[in-house]
Amino acid sequence: MAKQYETVIGLEVHVELATKTKIFCSCSTEFGKAPNTHTCPVCTGMPGSLPVLNKQVVEYAMAIGLATNCEISKICKFDRKNYFYPDNPQNYQISQLYLPIARNGYVEIEAGGRKKKVRIHEMHMEEDAGKLIHDEWDDTSLVDYNRSGVPLVEIVSEPDMRSVDEVIAYLEKLRMIIQYLGASDCKLQEGSMRADVNLSVREAGTEEFGTRTEMKNLNSFKAIARAIEGERERQIELIEEGKAVVQETRRWDDNKESSHAMRSKEDAQDYRYFPEPDLVPIVISDEWIGQIRARQPELQTEKLERYKKEFDIPEYDAKIITGSKHMADIFEAASAICGKPKKVSNWLMVETLRLLKDQGMEPEEISFSPENLAKLVDLTESRAINSSVAKEVFEKIFAQDIDPEIYVEEHGLKTVNDEGALEEVIRKVIADNPKAAEDYHSGKEKALGALVGQTMKAMKGKADPGLVNRKLREMI
Amino acid sequence: MDITGLTAVELGKKIKAKEISAVDAVKASLDQIERVEKDVHSFVTIDWEGALKRAEEVQKRIDDGSLTGPLAGVPAAVKDNICTKDMLTTCSSRILENYKPTFTAEAVRNLEKAGAVIIGKTNMDEFAMGSTTETSYFGVTRNPWNLKHVPGGSSGGSCAAVAAQECPYALGSDTGGSIRQPSAFCGVVGIKPTYGTVSRYGLIAYGSSLDQIGPIAKDVTDCAAILTAIASHDPKDSTSIERKGYDFTSALINDAAGMRIGIPKDYFTEGLDAEVKEKILAAVRVLEERGAAVEEFDLSLVQYAIPAYYVIASAEASSNLSRFDGVKYGYRTEDYEGLHNMYKKTRSEGFGAEVKRRIMLGSFVLSSGYYDAYYLKALRTKALIKQAFDRAFDKYDVIIAPASPTTALKLGHSLSDPMKMYLGDIYTVSANLAGLPGISVPVGTDSKGLPIGMQIIGNCFEEKKIIRAAYTLEQTRTYERPKLVKDLAEMKRKEAENNGKAI
Amino acid sequence: MANKISDETIEYVGILAKLELSGEEKENAKADMEKMLDYIDILNELDTDMAEPMSHVFPIHNVFREDAVSQADGSEDTLANAPLKKDKCFKVPKTIG
Repeated sequence: MAKQYETVIGLEVHVELATKTKIFCSCSTEFGKAPNTHTCPVCTGMPGSLPVLNKQVVEYAMAIGLATNCEISKICKFDRKNYFYPDNPQNYQISQLYLPIARNGYVEIEAGGRKKKVRIHEMHMEEDAGKLIHDEWDDTSLVDYNRSGVPLVEIVSEPDMRSVDEVIAYLEKLRMIIQYLGASDCKLQEGSMRADVNLSVREAGTEEFGTRTEMKNLNSFKAIARAIEGERERQIELIEEGKAVVQETRRWDDNKESSHAMRSKEDAQDYRYFPEPDLVPIVISDEWIGQIRARQPELQTEKLERYKKEFDIPEYDAKIITGSKHMADIFEAASAICGKPKKVSNWLMVETLRLLKDQGMEPEEISFSPENLAKLVDLTESRAINSSVAKEVFEKIFAQDIDPEIYVEEHGLKTVNDEGALEEVIRKVIADNPKAAEDYHSGKEKALGALVGQTMKAMKGKADPGLVNRKLREMI
Repeated sequence: MDITGLTAVELGKKIKAKEISAVDAVKASLDQIERVEKDVHSFVTIDWEGALKRAEEVQKRIDDGSLTGPLAGVPAAVKDNICTKDMLTTCSSRILENYKPTFTAEAVRNLEKAGAVIIGKTNMDEFAMGSTTETSYFGVTRNPWNLKHVPGGSSGGSCAAVAAQECPYALGSDTGGSIRQPSAFCGVVGIKPTYGTVSRYGLIAYGSSLDQIGPIAKDVTDCAAILTAIASHDPKDSTSIERKGYDFTSALINDAAGMRIGIPKDYFTEGLDAEVKEKILAAVRVLEERGAAVEEFDLSLVQYAIPAYYVIASAEASSNLSRFDGVKYGYRTEDYEGLHNMYKKTRSEGFGAEVKRRIMLGSFVLSSGYYDAYYLKALRTKALIKQAFDRAFDKYDVIIAPASPTTALKLGHSLSDPMKMYLGDIYTVSANLAGLPGISVPVGTDSKGLPIGMQIIGNCFEEKKIIRAAYTLEQTRTYERPKLVKDLAEMKRKEAENNGKAI
Repeated sequence: MANKISDETIEYVGILAKLELSGEEKENAKADMEKMLDYIDILNELDTDMAEPMSHVFPIHNVFREDAVSQADGSEDTLANAPLKKDKCFKVPKTIG
């Protein structure tokens, strides 16, 4: 019988914090500007420059630590991590090794119908690196320091996960918590949330951990899932062949769906950490922790309960909507405008989820405004448009965030409520379909449906189906 | 009028009184530079035209009454590891040979606010690593008192420039004695302030936890006035400390009554040159006569300061100097294959032997498996040294020590044996480890005619006590005040004289 | 307790420090480092168990900046001293993908 293997996974999750400025200088963290515009002597490692810590970074880190049940360190310090690479202008990264800001936390996840705690070993603050752009033209690399010094927290889990499902559930939970705190937008595609996977395998039932590898460059949930599967297979194969797994850092190539070792002679991985002499310790008082705790916004579980009570939204729906801070924000804003939370919820639960699924999108990628959704709800509720027109309009809102009032007007989609015109059409439909009218009179209720359809067609869809139904019964 | 013979404060008064213009003052310095520079070589960069232009601007602001301080219009030189916008700042290293910073160090900005006219950048040991100014990529600086001798270091250029009257005062930096020791060798006064008193923003770091910028001048009054100008609480430097007051000139009091002076016995043992010892103890007696209570005591741990210092300074340096890699600024090697080869060749060609030696040592003591044994051990030793000073300052207002075991050595003497050079720092490194202020004042010359300096160390934030002691000593001088070197002819004559003596 | 620095150690430290030493320089570096370490080893005479490692001399803490943007476009200054640049970026030998 083939041996059974268990996968043991721990994650190192990097999250870019949503501060206005960088961690050690007052350059903007704004994304997507021309190369090196958001730079100064500090974040480009100019000789003589010195770092000064952004207080908001500490407060976001504390907030994340508290929301993930960590102990916040009373004294924390920064250390230098020394390694040469051009994206790192000083050739050392200011990070935390010896006294990180938070330790010993956990988050609860649900995967495969089972609840489980994933423990957090520690969380620390550090600076992000710049961006390297490969220049195909003359086979060199170009360095842009706009991202250099953007604040990060790195959340290091214990090796508590055993499957892809658990890893995804953990990441989704972390992302949700952090988004709710407003501490980051956690966009994997833009790199504001990144995960390195530490993975080992062991024969099922054994206690001892196998040798682990670290996998980098994973920028989507799909890539993470594929990398875990690929690395699991690779390690099992090595073991079955009687070879040893080497402890190393590997880079995942999602196009090739394989990984390769990042080792080189010049990369000794001996970071020579020592206390950063240019920064002073951070002393965190109970009062300060209390202030951050008091300022914590409503988190998902609290929101879920409130939706059920305040808006009478079913548990299942409330869970889906609050599962994404972005969706919850749209829900609350749209409901506040139109005053019809159940209708808003319906649009999110049915049409929005359908379109997201069809287009393989995450709820975070919803780009329409709550104002336009609220207008659509009003248009439908006032019967200004019928439901099939509403669906069509919503697709436009979803895709381009159009203003439904203008769109309906411009495209002449308003329901025709002119009863005279309708009656005329109905008379014609009945006259053209004597068989159907006869069937209806002989008790075949179904026949009416065909006539409604014919009438709607003749009205180019712009009639209120309820009204058509009623008139038909009267006139037939 | 002998402009270059004046102290900075004297010159400032005459400028204020319109007896001399700021332009005349700069011209006088530049003339003196022209006379002596090819022999002394204090400077890496002399800004001939810029200095005159700035002097004109400063004079306008003096005339319109917006500049009134004691240093307004007075020329100054700045050590070449302190950033000056658009003016070369090389750290006397090939790797920064062409580097023009895009910003000015906070200490220099403070000086400029006080009306200083920066005339150039002074030579130093490469990246401040050395005690002779011989490790400069741009050649040695010579001691104006005897051109065959070193000026000390690493702020040797600044001290030699003041001693040779090329400028009334200069800024230096002190990581393990780099202001105090060359001040002693050149017969000038230098202060290393309490750590955190002068902003390090714009000082190109060697050992970040030890580095401080300080003044170098002809007398204590000047140093107090310059320190008053450059010290500030700078939000750009996280280790900058907000002091209660920044006026150090109020400590210029000619009286030592009630002052308790401690003489560490362990500083006056073997290894200290007999003439140096004699002159220092004579100066101590002067202070005693002026009312100070003098007592000998055991400071302890003296022999551990140098090893702890070299571990900490080298470790920090290895990290601080990793940014010089040929990517963002400075020298990049011509030919290379790939990234890491570019790094290695750039750094190997760009750094001199002493810098490489310390980077190697620093990288080693931080490397995996050695951190605890070397780096942590040194940090613990540092804590014990700080405690030893705390105990001493419970009993004494100031501690008096030599600035160096000997007077200035001959050129080339130290380079052959780096260990010997390191041991010369024995009396100065402790103040850096413990963050203490220290001043070096001239107390006479030895039989070779070379200046002897005495160091007065104070407790943290007690610059005023060391300034008062030094000022009292200066005012009560019972020995001849060392004459600063005026011209080449005199220098050559002295040299011949000394050579004659040596034979 | 004379320290012995091997060729491998010098090679390794050279990789960490990104310094390329010639044969002669390596021999000198070995000798220098051995000498320095022998000297540094006198710290072992000292009982430091009771002392906390002191990285900062003064007990100052919590020095912060407020999160407010104050830098304008810095690209010109940032690139002013670049040995090689292209498209407003620093140009370096190709990094490994």
